[in-house]
Amino acid sequence: MKHTGFFGQWGGAFIPEILHQTFAELTIALRQAQDDPKFWQEYLELMSSYSCRPTPLTFAENLTKHFGGAKIYIKREDLNHTGAHKANNVMGQGLLVKRMGKKRVIAETGAGQHGMATATMAAKFGLECTIYMGEVVVLRQRPNVFWMEKMGATVIPVQDGSKTLKDAINEAFRDWVTNVDSTHYVLGTACGPAPFPEMVSWFQSIIGTEAREQILARHGKLPARVYACVGGGSNAMGIFQGFLDNDEVQLVGVEAGGKGLSTGMHASRLCGQDASPGVAQGYKTMFLQNSDGQMLETHSVAAGLDYVGVSPILSDLAEKGRVRFESATDDEVMTALDLTMRMEGIIPALESTHGFVQAFKEAPELSPDEAIIINQSGRGDKDIFTIAHAFNDPSWKQFIIARAREYSK
Amino acid sequence: MSLENKLRARLEKNKILLMTHIVLGYPSMAVNRQVVAQMVAGGVDCIEMQIPFSEPMADGPVILKANQDSLAAGTKVADCLAFGAEMTAQHDIPFLFMTYYNIVFKYGEEKFFKDCRSAGIEGLIIPDLPPEMGGNFFKLASEYQVAPVLIFAPTSTDARMAELHKSAAGFIYCVARRGVTGKQSEFGEDFNAYLERCRAATTLPLAVGFGIRNHDDVAAITGKADMAVIGSETIRLVDAQGPEAVGPFIAGLR
Repeated sequence: MKHTGFFGQWGGAFIPEILHQTFAELTIALRQAQDDPKFWQEYLELMSSYSCRPTPLTFAENLTKHFGGAKIYIKREDLNHTGAHKANNVMGQGLLVKRMGKKRVIAETGAGQHGMATATMAAKFGLECTIYMGEVVVLRQRPNVFWMEKMGATVIPVQDGSKTLKDAINEAFRDWVTNVDSTHYVLGTACGPAPFPEMVSWFQSIIGTEAREQILARHGKLPARVYACVGGGSNAMGIFQGFLDNDEVQLVGVEAGGKGLSTGMHASRLCGQDASPGVAQGYKTMFLQNSDGQMLETHSVAAGLDYVGVSPILSDLAEKGRVRFESATDDEVMTALDLTMRMEGIIPALESTHGFVQAFKEAPELSPDEAIIINQSGRGDKDIFTIAHAFNDPSWKQFIIARAREYSK
Repeated sequence: MSLENKLRARLEKNKILLMTHIVLGYPSMAVNRQVVAQMVAGGVDCIEMQIPFSEPMADGPVILKANQDSLAAGTKVADCLAFGAEMTAQHDIPFLFMTYYNIVFKYGEEKFFKDCRSAGIEGLIIPDLPPEMGGNFFKLASEYQVAPVLIFAPTSTDARMAELHKSAAGFIYCVARRGVTGKQSEFGEDFNAYLERCRAATTLPLAVGFGIRNHDDVAAITGKADMAVIGSETIRLVDAQGPEAVGPFIAGLR
């Protein structure tokens, strides 16, 4: 996939002049990597030895029986090193950084997975690393902060704006314009100014390439539908690319419905009525904003989906009708998570569980000859604080209270 | 008379011009009114009025906070345009709007230019809209005679500066260093070489901004640039000492 930076009317590079030259250099480095077969070979070798690729495609036999419809397969991105698909993008950008000769990387992080992955990559490649994280998220994702710091990264809580993912992105850009010569900004999702949406999607396409081969080998034909949660959209872009050219495969993106689309407390840009076209954070897409163009507060139980914008590539695919968008509420997510853990012994991240919700709604309407794939973009067990809190688990609360007493002695 | 010619006429009287900056609605439009009157009395040649945006990517902490507080207090784009019209009617200096592209985009590009024109606004500074992303914007700017001021950065190559010059009008805003607004800059040899490159790339007057805080900073760029831009410093001053401190501060800058 090569591009001018626009996908239909979406995308572009709306960047301050100070970054113009850096973007020009980054685009050249990306083109050289795309034209060099050795680059992708090096990437595949790295991902098979340092991460856990190819990740398995798991047949969810019990869930399939439970719903009595299509065969449910789960693409296990949770089994990547650091526990999420984020590693695919980060290690790819790490190889580019090495080629460009930069010594420092910065990143924003929503749920903490991208920050974790970037800190890991920086440690492995010997780069200095700073992670920007909305203050709200630092509180939600304390264990990730702990590990990032242990791996040598500096974690900076961002206290501006809504103190979430978009504010962390703004702050990372402010760092970048200041330290542009030494630093590469490892943007974590398929958003932001060109060439980021294209570049991140390219690295994530490894998911779709594998999933396509695996489902053909296991099921003998293409799946009827593929489900992925959509925050910025990188895991969805990753798996969808394996099936984009086959119109018979329905692609379904699931956004954060939060407390319900009618409450205004959600992060649904492409389904629902609250988003409109806009230009912010360097690119044009559908944003949750008011009539003056000021961004709105968003809400989701899953920090990684709690974002005002969405990949311009997905805005384009939505407009063309190639990808259908649905939403899952916080409550539906907790129910689907509970069911998946009990029936399959698998713990998806809260983000990923959004995809499970929609798949569970639709599986019974499909015939048992059909297969569907859910992209499990990350694992939930390391979000134990968030998930235990969301389940309002009494024994966990007792444990925390007891541990706090011990520490306060 | 065009913005460029007005600035050139002012350059007949002063070796260096002064442009100041305010964030509309911070701390309030009532205080903005007093601050503008103080600035004009202190002798500024030009004022850029920032329409607040929730994601001011190129601004540092002082202006970022001013944007957020203004929006939290309920400032609307329509209020900003009305305030602009009021200022241009009262004061005989050029006024510009500075904002981010989404504000213009959501308002409707043509309507925005039309309303700027009727409000007497003479230029626009949109830091996140490079010419290659703004085909229609730059066409409308020329049609409505509102100068699109473009930015040169130390990282801009000579070829890039020449390219930017083709789309720019009014003056060129040269950012003194890498980074965001509101932090100290050095005006040493590298800076002089950079300004020489800027001068070679354009026939427009050169404004220098980012980190200009006092008389010494203004003196350091006099004779090299045509206009000094004072941004975050007056916001700090109003926060600390109130609007009446602004007039004497401006008067003491050159």
